Amino acid sequence: MRVLDFSAAVNEALRQEMARDENIVIFGEDVGQFGGLFACTKNLQRDFGESRVRDTPISEGAIIGAAVGAALGGLRPVAELQFIDFVGCNGAMDQICNQLAKMRYMFGGSVKVPVVIRAPCGSRHPIASGAAQHSQSLEAWFMHVPGLKVVVPSTPYDAKGLLVTALRGDDPVFFVEHKLLYYAQRMPTLREKYPTLLCDVPEAEYAIPFGQADIKKKGRDVTVIATMMMVHKSIRASEELSKKGIDIEVVDPRTLIPLDKQAIVESVKRTGRAVIVSEDCRTAGVGAEIASVIMEEAFDYLDAPIKRVSALDVPIPYSPVLEGAAIPQEEDIIVAVRGIMGK
Amino acid sequence: MSGNFADLPKEKLAEIYEKMVRIRKFEETAGSLFAQGLIPGLIHLYIGEEAVAVGVCSSLARDDYVVSTHRGHGHCIAKGGNVRKMMAELLGKETGYSKGRGGSMHMIAPEIGVMGSSGIVGAGIPIAAGLGWATDVKKTKRVVACFFGDGASNTGTFHEGLNLSAVWKLPVVFVCENNLYAISVPIKKSTAVENVADRAVAYGMPGIIVDGMDVIAVYKTAREAVQRARSGEGPSLIECKTYRFRGHFEGDPKGGGVYRSGEEMVEWHKKCPITMFQSKLVQSKIFTKDEMEEIEQKCITEIREAAEFAKNSPYPSTGEVTKNVFAYEA
Repeated sequence: MRVLDFSAAVNEALRQEMARDENIVIFGEDVGQFGGLFACTKNLQRDFGESRVRDTPISEGAIIGAAVGAALGGLRPVAELQFIDFVGCNGAMDQICNQLAKMRYMFGGSVKVPVVIRAPCGSRHPIASGAAQHSQSLEAWFMHVPGLKVVVPSTPYDAKGLLVTALRGDDPVFFVEHKLLYYAQRMPTLREKYPTLLCDVPEAEYAIPFGQADIKKKGRDVTVIATMMMVHKSIRASEELSKKGIDIEVVDPRTLIPLDKQAIVESVKRTGRAVIVSEDCRTAGVGAEIASVIMEEAFDYLDAPIKRVSALDVPIPYSPVLEGAAIPQEEDIIVAVRGIMGK
Repeated sequence: MSGNFADLPKEKLAEIYEKMVRIRKFEETAGSLFAQGLIPGLIHLYIGEEAVAVGVCSSLARDDYVVSTHRGHGHCIAKGGNVRKMMAELLGKETGYSKGRGGSMHMIAPEIGVMGSSGIVGAGIPIAAGLGWATDVKKTKRVVACFFGDGASNTGTFHEGLNLSAVWKLPVVFVCENNLYAISVPIKKSTAVENVADRAVAYGMPGIIVDGMDVIAVYKTAREAVQRARSGEGPSLIECKTYRFRGHFEGDPKGGGVYRSGEEMVEWHKKCPITMFQSKLVQSKIFTKDEMEEIEQKCITEIREAAEFAKNSPYPSTGEVTKNVFAYEA
């Protein structure tokens, strides 16, 4: 087994694809010599040169805007937002939603804009609390803008294969990386708690197609649809639930746009119950969308109401006690599952 | 920069004049089609500002890039755009540049380097920087001309885009079309510096002010900035002092006369870039009046045909409404 941290898997995908395609370029804040705040671009500037891996000023609008322009000019830019929260800074959101996502359509299909935006999300920062402006999970925002693909990997294996697909495609991709996933090898406490954070990552190139969910744990009683860090929390919760005689199935959509509706619906038809676990806040979030899909396509198979387990509708608080209370924990998943099982 | 054209060949002068007239006739026709209810969307006409687009684009090579704005018809025509496809786009037809999906504010013609216009003020500025970066990485020596208005010079992307372009020495020519009003707000109420070009010093690039009603002055100024960009010396900011003769958009009450005085509008009309250039060309005896009329007639015919083409073109099929959101559906 070849174990790589999530950040190293991202790095390997970038490195292999940059070697394959000279049009792939990287830019963002501190991505050069420093190697990115989470080490995802480590040594890429050293190995591919400053022309292809560039540090930018703190200019989120220009980072995304220049990525759009560079893509129109024939490159395949990978733009890094240092934190997903910074998407609201300096016109970046305009560039993503009004320019990048719309160009293919509003120009009648005459251009492609293959920009990959990588953005770390989630609570908490591996070494410290991030508080209100460095901890959000904003992936649902981008599900609401037609023209963007939204990728939410949960393991190093998935991260590498999905990023390769992003880099080989012709569509804009919003690639979300949960911060707690980054360096499990270096964090013994986290790793022991969630052993599924680490997995085999083949060195050879491979691509995972978008729109294909992965069943991370087979089960017969309840379908738990979970993304990113919540996949690992759900698997951990499953151990406690199995002691109560409840066998959950954990379905990881891996991409939210496109969403593998078929895999979700088929699982729910088998189990008759669904719980959706995501770290974004509850209102109009990932869970709401997936719940609607299940209602529309598997209502007759449901034996219990669909439950959502999500962050509270609050800004992420600083104090670790409050922070933990604001986002879903294993206990919340257990309560939700037991609630619809009636045991 | 002087508007002296004694050093320019007659063919170049004819080309410049013809492009300005083509823009004017296109815009007049678009305005009239809008008034007839044949154009379903918002249009912002370029009438009065022709010397800017034509002066700048005449200094560019065919494969150089242009990044355009909501007031973008002039840029596209000046870069060699097909007026039939443009007019069809305004009418929302399948034969338009964007197959009727974009309309006036979202036109693109990659084959002549027009890399899209945007309805968001200031949005094109970092996009132009990115195009410049692409030419830099690919070593294609293409230059990017980025048009925007005085209003855009107060956006955050103006600051970010100019700074990034300057620090990376990107081959971009930033062209501010200062028509003195951001919709209805006069520049004196929105901007503390006297000239937009004064800001160039903050980015470490040349800032040049030029009479935007004098096409030759614009052309010669742009030519220098383009050469500077192409030779790797980095970006420039050119501020063209100009004026729109119509309202901000077709339908703007009194053609923009609610916020602009009659005297001011009359004064600027006297500086019409086409009339001025035409009389200079005739006075200098490079062209006869007949030759000038011939050019004008040619443009009139061309635009009339473009309007007919657009009217007779089919609308897009509603069965294709979801096409091209993505390159390939999963």
